[in-house]
Amino acid sequence: MQTNSATPTDHRAPPPAVNSEAASMMLTLTVAGQLCAVPVLAVRDVLGVQVITRIPLAPPEVAGSLNLRGRIVTAVDLRSRLGLPAREPGQVAMSVVVEVGGELYSLLADQVGEVLTLHAEDRAPNPQTLDPAWKEFALGVHRQGDQLLVLLDVDQLLALGV
Amino acid sequence: MDDLLADFLTETNEGLTSLDAALLQLERNPANVAVLSEVFRTVHTIKGTCGFLGLPRLEGVAHAAENVLGLWRDGTLPVTPGGITLILSAADRFKQIVAGLEATGSEPVGDDGPLKAALDAAASGEAPVVDAAAEAATEAAPIPIAEPQAETATSGSNAPQTMRVAVDVLEDLMVLVSELVLTRNQLMQLARAEENAAFAVPLQRLSQITSDLQDGVMKTRMQPIGNAWAKLPRLVRDLSNDLGKRIELEMRGADTELDRQVMELIKDPLTHMVRNSADHGLETPEQRRNAGKKETGRILLNAFHEGGHIVLQIGDDGRGLNTDRIKTKVIAQGLATEAELATMSEREIHRFIFRAGFSTAAEVTSVSGRGVGMDVVKTNIERIGGTVDLASREHKGTTFSIKIPLTLAIAAALIVEAGGERFAIPQAGVLELVRVGGVDGPKVEHIKDSAVLRLRGQLLPLVSLKTLLRLETAQATTESEGFVVVTQIGQQLFGIVVDRVFDTEEIVVKPVAPILRHITMFSGNTILGDGSVIMILDPSGIARATGLGIEGGTEGGSMQDSATTTRRNERNTALLLFRAGAGAPKAVPLGLIARLENLDAARIERTGENLVVQYRGTLMPLVPLDTYMTLPETGHQPVLVFGDGDRAMGLMVEEILDVVDVSLEMDAAGLRPGFLGSCVVAGRVTDLLDTGYWLKQAQADWFEPAQQNGSKPRVLVAEDSDFFRNLIVPAIMAAGYDVVTVSNGREALRLRDAGERFDVIISDINMPEMDGFGLARAVREGGAWAELPMIALSGSSSPADVERGRAAGFSDYIAKFDRDALLASLQHCLQPMLAR
Repeated sequence: MQTNSATPTDHRAPPPAVNSEAASMMLTLTVAGQLCAVPVLAVRDVLGVQVITRIPLAPPEVAGSLNLRGRIVTAVDLRSRLGLPAREPGQVAMSVVVEVGGELYSLLADQVGEVLTLHAEDRAPNPQTLDPAWKEFALGVHRQGDQLLVLLDVDQLLALGV
Repeated sequence: MDDLLADFLTETNEGLTSLDAALLQLERNPANVAVLSEVFRTVHTIKGTCGFLGLPRLEGVAHAAENVLGLWRDGTLPVTPGGITLILSAADRFKQIVAGLEATGSEPVGDDGPLKAALDAAASGEAPVVDAAAEAATEAAPIPIAEPQAETATSGSNAPQTMRVAVDVLEDLMVLVSELVLTRNQLMQLARAEENAAFAVPLQRLSQITSDLQDGVMKTRMQPIGNAWAKLPRLVRDLSNDLGKRIELEMRGADTELDRQVMELIKDPLTHMVRNSADHGLETPEQRRNAGKKETGRILLNAFHEGGHIVLQIGDDGRGLNTDRIKTKVIAQGLATEAELATMSEREIHRFIFRAGFSTAAEVTSVSGRGVGMDVVKTNIERIGGTVDLASREHKGTTFSIKIPLTLAIAAALIVEAGGERFAIPQAGVLELVRVGGVDGPKVEHIKDSAVLRLRGQLLPLVSLKTLLRLETAQATTESEGFVVVTQIGQQLFGIVVDRVFDTEEIVVKPVAPILRHITMFSGNTILGDGSVIMILDPSGIARATGLGIEGGTEGGSMQDSATTTRRNERNTALLLFRAGAGAPKAVPLGLIARLENLDAARIERTGENLVVQYRGTLMPLVPLDTYMTLPETGHQPVLVFGDGDRAMGLMVEEILDVVDVSLEMDAAGLRPGFLGSCVVAGRVTDLLDTGYWLKQAQADWFEPAQQNGSKPRVLVAEDSDFFRNLIVPAIMAAGYDVVTVSNGREALRLRDAGERFDVIISDINMPEMDGFGLARAVREGGAWAELPMIALSGSSSPADVERGRAAGFSDYIAKFDRDALLASLQHCLQPMLAR
C-alpha cells in the first residue's frame, strides 16, 4: 500500500550543498482537475489509499487520522480545504505526508504527479481573478505546457482551528 | 555554544545538585571526612575547568570557596553552620553564573567582591560576624545529627555503571520500537492465517524479543524519584531558617522509579506540598515545646510502587488540620450547609481543602499561601491520571498521598463503539459497565430531555456519546440496546452511553495534532494492535461539555435523590444470579450488593492465606464462594462487593448470569452454611446466599463494635422472618450501626419497659402478636421511646400503605431490599443526633 519507496522523496533532509536546488523542487498533485504543487522539502512520504479514522467534532476539512509506521498523521482533504466539491464515491485519494512544526499531516489529493524544478523567477503572481478561496493558499502560478500550476502554501493550508 | 562549554555546563549542573545535598549532610555531621572530600573535589573541579575555559568570575568564587574547604579538610578550621551558609551562598552564585552562561554563552556581569571577602575572612580564621552568628546558632540550635549514612560513604569511591544519553535518542528508540511492535503484530496476523508455516517458530521468537525490547526501552525512560527530590533538602533548610522552625527532612524510597515525563509533571506540586508542610503544617519550636513534642518537626517523603502506580506520601508531624476552622470556612463560602457537614466524616471535611480558592491559612506568608492552593495541586495531579488524598489528625500531623500512574506513555483503556466509530476510554475513570435495553436489562429513562439510569437506587445522569460527538446516523438506533460506562469525575458519577463495548487494551497515549487541540472531548489518540488509529476520550472533558462537572455534587446529594426516587415495585425482589462452584446457580438480592466489579486478576494480592485487593483506597478482603475455585492468572475476576464506606468485602464468583425480578418463595430444605435456602428462579432451583455468613468469613470481627469513637448509633430491628432478618441486619451493621433484633412488636415493647435505649427503630409491618402499626402506635403513645424515629419496612409500599404508616407514627416507609434507601433513611433519621 505504501508507495513511498517508489517516489523520489526521502525523509532525510538533503545535504546542505544542494539546498538552493532542492528548495526549488516541487511535487505536483492534482485536486479536482487542477494542477498544484508543494515544495518537496516539506514532503515526508507519499502514500496510496489509507484507512482513515474519522475524528468527530473536527473541522470539516479534517478527513481523519491515519497510521504511518507508528506515527499518527492528521489528514486534511485538499478538496474540502480549497472549497471544491467532494470526491465521487469510489474515487480514491492519495496522501502527501508533510511535516509542519514537528507534526505530520497528510494532504489528500486525487493524484500525485512528478517532481519538477520550478524556479522562483518563473513564477507569476496570483491573477487578480483567482477565486478568493484560493488566494489564501496560493503562492503563485507557473505555466506548465498548456496547463497552469498553482503553488500551494503548506503552512497556510494547515492553519486550521486556531 | 561550543561543545566544550556545553559539556562543562552539564557536568557543573550535576555537581551543583549534589553539592547542596552534600553540604547539608556535612552540616549535620561535620566529622564526615568522605562528604567533606566530595565537596572539596566538586568545587576544585569547577575551579580547575573554568580556569581552563576562561571564566574569571566563576573561577574567583570557586577559588575563595576552595580555600575555606581546604582548611576544613586539613582540620585547621572547624566546620561551622555559619561557614556552611557561606559555602552554600557560593554554590548559589555558581548556579547564577552557570544559568547566565547557559542563556547567553558568556558570564553575566556582577560583583562577587563581598562574597569573596567573606570567604577569605572565613579562611583567615577571623570572620567575626559570621562566627559570632554561627556560634550563637550552634548554642541555641544543636543541629540534629543524623546517622551517617553508609551508602554515601561508598558511593564516592564506586563509579556508577551509567552513561549519559541524550533524551532525543531515547525518544527515537521508543518510536522505532513502536514501529517494530506494529510490524510484528501484522506479521502475527498473517501467520495466523497460514497453518504450519515454516516461519511460525522464528516469528514466535521475534515476537518475544520485540516485547522484551519494548520493556527495555520503556525502562530507559524510568528515573528514580530521588532526582525530583534533590532540591528539597536545600529548600527545607532555607525554609526552616526563614520561618524560624526546626525541620528534619526524611526521604524514603528515593530509588523508586517512574517515567521521566511523569516526574517532570509532579515536581512542582511536590515542592508546593513540602512548602505547605513546612509553613502551615509544622509549628514553631515554642509551640511544639508547649504541645509536648520534640522541638524539631519532621517532614517525611515516602515513595513506593503499588500495582501499576507509584504512591508518594508527604507527611508531617505538625499541628494537623483544624476541622472546626475548615467547617467555618466551608459554611462561610457556601460550599455546604451545617446539616450536610454534620453527616460527613472528618476525612470528608478535610477534603474541602482541595476545593478551588480554599485556604485556611489565617495569613498569607511569603512561603506559601500565595493564592496557589491545594486545588491547583489536585488539578495538576488529576491531569496526569493521578489522585490525591489526605489523612490528618489534629496535633498529630497531616499526610498527603499522591497516586500516579508509573508512565503516561502506556495506559489501560476500554475500547467502545458509538455511531460506528471506535473510541478508547481510559480505564482509570471507569467504575463499571452496565448493559441497558434488551429484554430484561435496566432501561434508560427520561426526565424531560435528559436521560437517566436507575442504578441500585441512584439516579445516574447519562451522556450519549453518539449525540455528544454528533455521530447521529439514523434516529432509529437511539433507544434500543447499549452499554453504560459508569464514570467518576471527582465526586460526580455519570454514565456514558455507547453502542458496543470491546475489550480493554494497553494503549500508547499520543497527543493530538495542534489543529485538533480545541476539541476538549479527547485527551489524545493512539494506535491499536490492529494498526488503526483511535481517539482517546477525556471523561472530564465530556463532563465539562455537558455541564456535569460544574455542579461538583456534594457528597450527600446523591443519597437524598435515592431516598425520594426509589419506591420500587411491589412484592417482587430483584435477584442477582451468578454461578460459583458446582450445583445450582446462586442468587443474592441485588439490593444488598454495593457494587459489581470485574477485577483485573493482576490486582488481586495475597496476604498470608487471605486474598485482598486495593479497592478505593483501602484493602478489601476477597472471599471465594467456592473454596475449590482457582484464581485466574490473567484476565478478570467477577466480584460482588458488599458493605460500603470503611468496610467492604468482595465475594469472588465464577460468572455473573443475570438480574431477575421474582417473587421470593423460600424453601429451607437442604440447608447448608452460607445459604438461607433455595427458591425457584426461572424454572431452576437456585441457592440463596446468606450474606451475613460470608461477611463473617471475610472479617471475623465484621459485626464487632469497633472503630470510630466507640459509640455507634443503636438500631432496633423488629422483624419476624429469619430470612429477612438475615438479609437486612448485615447491611445495617456493615454501615456502622449497632443492631438488636426482636421478632415482633410485643418483644420490642418489653425491651422498652426494661429500659433499653435505641436511636432508631426499624420495623416490619406484618408480624405475629403485634404488627408494625400496633408497635408504632404503642411507641408514640408515650414512654422513653416516644420521640424515636421509626422506619417501616414492608414488601408493599403503595401510597395508601405509606399514608397508613405515617398515621400510625412511622417517620419513613421503605420497601424491603432497598438497601440504599434504607441506609439513606437511617442516616436521615439520625442526622439531628449526630449534629448534637
